Amino acid sequence: MAAMFSQNPLMNGPNYSFNQAPTTASGNKQHGFYPYTDNGGSTLAISGNDFTIIAGDTRSTSGYNINTRYAPKVFKIGGTTDSQDDATLVLSVVGFAADGHALKERLDAIVKMYRYQHGKPMSVKACAQRLSTILYGKRFFPYYVTAILGGLDEDGKGAVYSYDPVGSYEREQCRAAGAAASLIMPFLDNQVNFKNQYMPGIGEGHALAEREKIPLPRNEVEDLVKDAFDSAVERHIEVGDGLLMMIITKDGIEEIFKPLKKD
Amino acid sequence: MNHLPQAWGRPRDDVYGAYDASYLQSNGPNQHTQSPIVTGTSVVALKFKDGVVIAADNLASYGSLARFTDVKRLRTFADTSVVGFGGDVSDMQYLDRLLNSLDTEEAYSTSGHTLNAKNLHTYLAKVFYKRRSDFNPLWNQVLVAGLDGEGKPFLASADLLGTTFSSPSLATGFGANLAQPLLRKVAPDEEAASKLSQEQALEAVKESMKVLFYRDARSLDKYSIAVVTKDGIDLKEDEKLEKQSWAFADQIRGYGTQVN
Repeated sequence: MAAMFSQNPLMNGPNYSFNQAPTTASGNKQHGFYPYTDNGGSTLAISGNDFTIIAGDTRSTSGYNINTRYAPKVFKIGGTTDSQDDATLVLSVVGFAADGHALKERLDAIVKMYRYQHGKPMSVKACAQRLSTILYGKRFFPYYVTAILGGLDEDGKGAVYSYDPVGSYEREQCRAAGAAASLIMPFLDNQVNFKNQYMPGIGEGHALAEREKIPLPRNEVEDLVKDAFDSAVERHIEVGDGLLMMIITKDGIEEIFKPLKKD
Repeated sequence: MNHLPQAWGRPRDDVYGAYDASYLQSNGPNQHTQSPIVTGTSVVALKFKDGVVIAADNLASYGSLARFTDVKRLRTFADTSVVGFGGDVSDMQYLDRLLNSLDTEEAYSTSGHTLNAKNLHTYLAKVFYKRRSDFNPLWNQVLVAGLDGEGKPFLASADLLGTTFSSPSLATGFGANLAQPLLRKVAPDEEAASKLSQEQALEAVKESMKVLFYRDARSLDKYSIAVVTKDGIDLKEDEKLEKQSWAFADQIRGYGTQVN
């Protein structure tokens, strides 16, 4: 900063502005405020042949405290009424609850506007793409959430789309997200996609035949979801209290609540 | 002789080092609230059969100094709701002004007041979330008590990050650690809360305030308590903690082996 008050205008301009006053002495200004937090919890989505199940626990935490035992993370999106009972899409958000809530409100408003402007409900595929652009719109101040969108595709088959916080997304058979994702996802790989399962007594080494991949029936998937959460509750302190499942079929969205351990 | 006007009358750089002129800049980062200064501690609240009880003590601390001992941290809104403030007191006073202007604007509508506790909570949560998204937070956690659109007891929290949640009993700050377990014993779920009488709820909240005074170093034995029902708000702002238990203390001697 010796050049600060140099007598040579050519070196660093005319030197009359306070904007050229030194800044080094003050050092870097740091903000003490951190705009994010983690509210724990876990979500899970599985698509079947003609249905999609999206589930999430209902606990909300801050640190070691439980904020509440009932704060749903799974929402109906884009219905025409206040109760959303004619909605066809479901969104789950887990991570920072305030961002999750803001994201859900935004997507819901957009899907409602789509119906108003186009006179038809939004398809999952379209909604999935739109959700990605919403998330990417805050690329440099992200919504700190892992979102999963579920519904039925144009052929009536179950569809699950999963996201990262800045909008990367793909369609998947099943996906777990949130605090206990790492506990649930390997279990789903094995029990939904039959990974590492082979036909009994077929052979060894390269002769091993993989178990045939057939979509599971609805009642089995429901049991799988409950088992996944029961075991997550045992092993992760941020998961528990209640399990809210939404099951999307061509007849609408069915809601099921089951209690989980509260410890 | 230095001919540059901005250097006149200044300490010499080569002697004293560069002058810290960062405060003169207009293009640097804005200074926002980075941490709370004068603070209020816990707010506790509990739902019962036909309303909500909410309480907060009358202290505003300046760090560990119990600086202001007559600060009312419960605010009524439109004779239907009560907001209990924890956290920064200047931000509480700003929110108080904001709610006053909201109150005035609402009074202009043809139907008179339409905002219930639920609407008020949504409003406050949006204010908090907007301010945190601007990196200029209001450093508070508030509890909103009253009735919702269906006339059922309503109790919810909103904080500086815009996080919201609702529960049969709620407590902010230190109260989340100490009062919440006591209140959850009285009302573990919504069903249990809907069977509580007003007397039971009052007693549980008063007991919590006492435990907080025992164990929270930033608390006071003078407190405000409000009961919200459909008949209106019963707010008492100069309550004193009763029946404290200190008699056991003179039996305790030393830290181990001392006999008397």
